[in-house]
Amino acid sequence: MKSRWLILVLIAAAIALPWGFYDWSHHRHDGFLISVLSQTGMMIVLALSYNMLLGQAGLFSLCHATFFGIGGYAMVHFLNAAGHDELPVPMEIMPLLAGLSGLGLAILFGAMATKQRATAFAMITLGIGELMATAALMFHHFFGGEGGVTTDRMIDNSVFGLTYASGIQVYYLIVAWTLIAVALMYFLTLTPLGRMANATRDNYERAQFIGYDPRMVRFIQFALSGFFAGIGGGLYAITYEIVTFDALAAPLSANALLMAYIGGTTVFGGPILGAILITLLQSGVSLLSNSWLVYVGVMFIGMVIFAPSGLAGIIQAHGPIQRAGRLGRLTVPYLRLVLPALALLLGFVGLVELMSFLTIGAAQGKKLILFGNPIDVHATVPWVVSSVSLVVGGTWLRFEAAVFHRVWERLSAEVSR
Amino acid sequence: MTALSLRDVRKNFGPTEIIRGVSLDIAPGERHCIIGPNGAGKTTCFNLISGRFPISSGEILLNDQRIDTLPPHKINRLGLSRSFQITSIFHRLSVFENLRCALLWSRGYRYSFWSPLWRQKALNEAAEHLLEELNLAARRDILAGLLSYAEQRALEIGMTIAGGASVILLDEPTAGMSNTETDYAMALIRRVTQGKTLLMVEHDMKVVFDLADTITVLVYGQVIASGPPEAVRANRAVQEAYLGALEE
Ligand SMILES: Nc1ncnc2c1ncn2[C@@H]1O[C@H](COP(=O)(O)OP(=O)(O)OP(=O)(O)O)[C@@H](O)[C@H]1O
Ligand SMILES: [Mg+2]
Repeated sequence: MKSRWLILVLIAAAIALPWGFYDWSHHRHDGFLISVLSQTGMMIVLALSYNMLLGQAGLFSLCHATFFGIGGYAMVHFLNAAGHDELPVPMEIMPLLAGLSGLGLAILFGAMATKQRATAFAMITLGIGELMATAALMFHHFFGGEGGVTTDRMIDNSVFGLTYASGIQVYYLIVAWTLIAVALMYFLTLTPLGRMANATRDNYERAQFIGYDPRMVRFIQFALSGFFAGIGGGLYAITYEIVTFDALAAPLSANALLMAYIGGTTVFGGPILGAILITLLQSGVSLLSNSWLVYVGVMFIGMVIFAPSGLAGIIQAHGPIQRAGRLGRLTVPYLRLVLPALALLLGFVGLVELMSFLTIGAAQGKKLILFGNPIDVHATVPWVVSSVSLVVGGTWLRFEAAVFHRVWERLSAEVSR
Repeated sequence: MTALSLRDVRKNFGPTEIIRGVSLDIAPGERHCIIGPNGAGKTTCFNLISGRFPISSGEILLNDQRIDTLPPHKINRLGLSRSFQITSIFHRLSVFENLRCALLWSRGYRYSFWSPLWRQKALNEAAEHLLEELNLAARRDILAGLLSYAEQRALEIGMTIAGGASVILLDEPTAGMSNTETDYAMALIRRVTQGKTLLMVEHDMKVVFDLADTITVLVYGQVIASGPPEAVRANRAVQEAYLGALEE
């Protein structure tokens, strides 16, 4: 029930947000915001389609960007063909074609990969990812080499008579397709295939003895997940009008994994949270800091160690306590975590930034500026302050975390009775 | 006609021959128990029949059709279903989902990704009915991994018979259970395998002599006796090799 409200809120926010930042005096949308929101949409599709493998089928794929990328490249060629009046398909339907491209390639590679299990499967997908990355640099005709391929999305063919000249029109196309893709992926989790994907994840062998070929289950699941990734790639191509190597290379595959995992693989909506969070970090923090990848990396490691069920898993764990109406008793323990956590964060960020300005920053001739004051990265004081803050915050947090843990355990025990 | 027959089935793991020429004929509707000491090869026999391992030589027939080269899922589709000595369920799915999964193939859903499960009325009713039958209705929405041991064993049996297979193989369904639990489980097994062919591995002699139409004694991968309970009980070789030692 509650998640239904959350979904409605997210949809409403997605539709309304651009207008909250509309510049009424110049009649202009905030370009940066539109671009961040657009990217969030395609990343949600990517992360959710990845979780069809990782969370739902227990398949650890390392080549998911391949299908996103192929959707992107194919879309560029579709748009170019449409621009030359060779492909009479309206813009609104185009992402479907990108999805079918992803599906086609996923059928091919899925047939190879899903014959294997566990580590062997992961290895093969790693190979597939590398293979495609190499192919993208080799076959100029389709992939355009280092520079990628470009297109013009104004194909002058729209069901609604739209030109897609402005970012906001493209954004609403993305919103629509993201909703369609999310709804379809959710629907899949309620079908026999979706359920058997869960079953083969839990117990590969048992599935065979109730009549299912687990490899076939995984193959179909893999192919369908490629379909949705392809849609995401198609949206990417429409948005940026250029697709390069980056859209199918390993870092994006890793990103899909990060988003799904940090958001939570055990809940359907988890990867949506992950995609929103990572995209915001990517576009927000990367403006402020060179080292944003360090923060994402540390957050990921922290999640793996302390919260393997991700953000959604953490939220879900509060469910029983909330239903028993005792969520209030966690307020104080939570508040007590804030200060030490801030100290730890400040110390850590301080050290990372000092380090980064000492090396990369110096090379770029940049200065570290904090609250309007330039900071001398060669002085001792900032280093000492950061280190002390890190150590004290860390020790203090451990103590408070233990307190929190005790309260949590007691509450959980009370509630489960 | 036989429901299941093994003809001189052999199985090697590396150089060691574990199953050394087993032949068995099981008539339709028969309740057949396999007994034998630990390590005799009872579970291995089940693994060969159900297609989990390939046989080294010999023939296995289900309803007079060769199945010894088929993969497990195809054998299952032909009407042979098995349970596992070590409980094998889908631990992160609810009890209800476990049973529904076990029903899917036999009801023709195959790999469907277009029919939503919640709208399959007959399927869902069948799963609910099974829940009742297994006495697990109160545990319907609990993750299978969180059930008690005896409940998991009941679920395992339920998943084995769900697909409506005509030949059922149960590997020590009552192992590790208390006396009351065993009685309960046996009543359940009798009920749900009515009219079916049952092949069961069991250590509890009381259970075996209560239930079986035929008993086969397996020792070191060989059948040393097979026949009605009284004949097996009277068999000298069996007494020496096995029963005597157990009953003392
Ligand atoms: N996959 C395998 N690889 C090698 N040896 C195996 C394998 N499976 C079983 N064995 C061996 O085969 C022999 C028979 O094992 P099996 O599990 O069939 O015995 P069992 O009669 O079921 O015994 P128990 O009563 O303990 O369940 C044992 O010696 C075992 O070590
Ligand atoms: Mg055994």
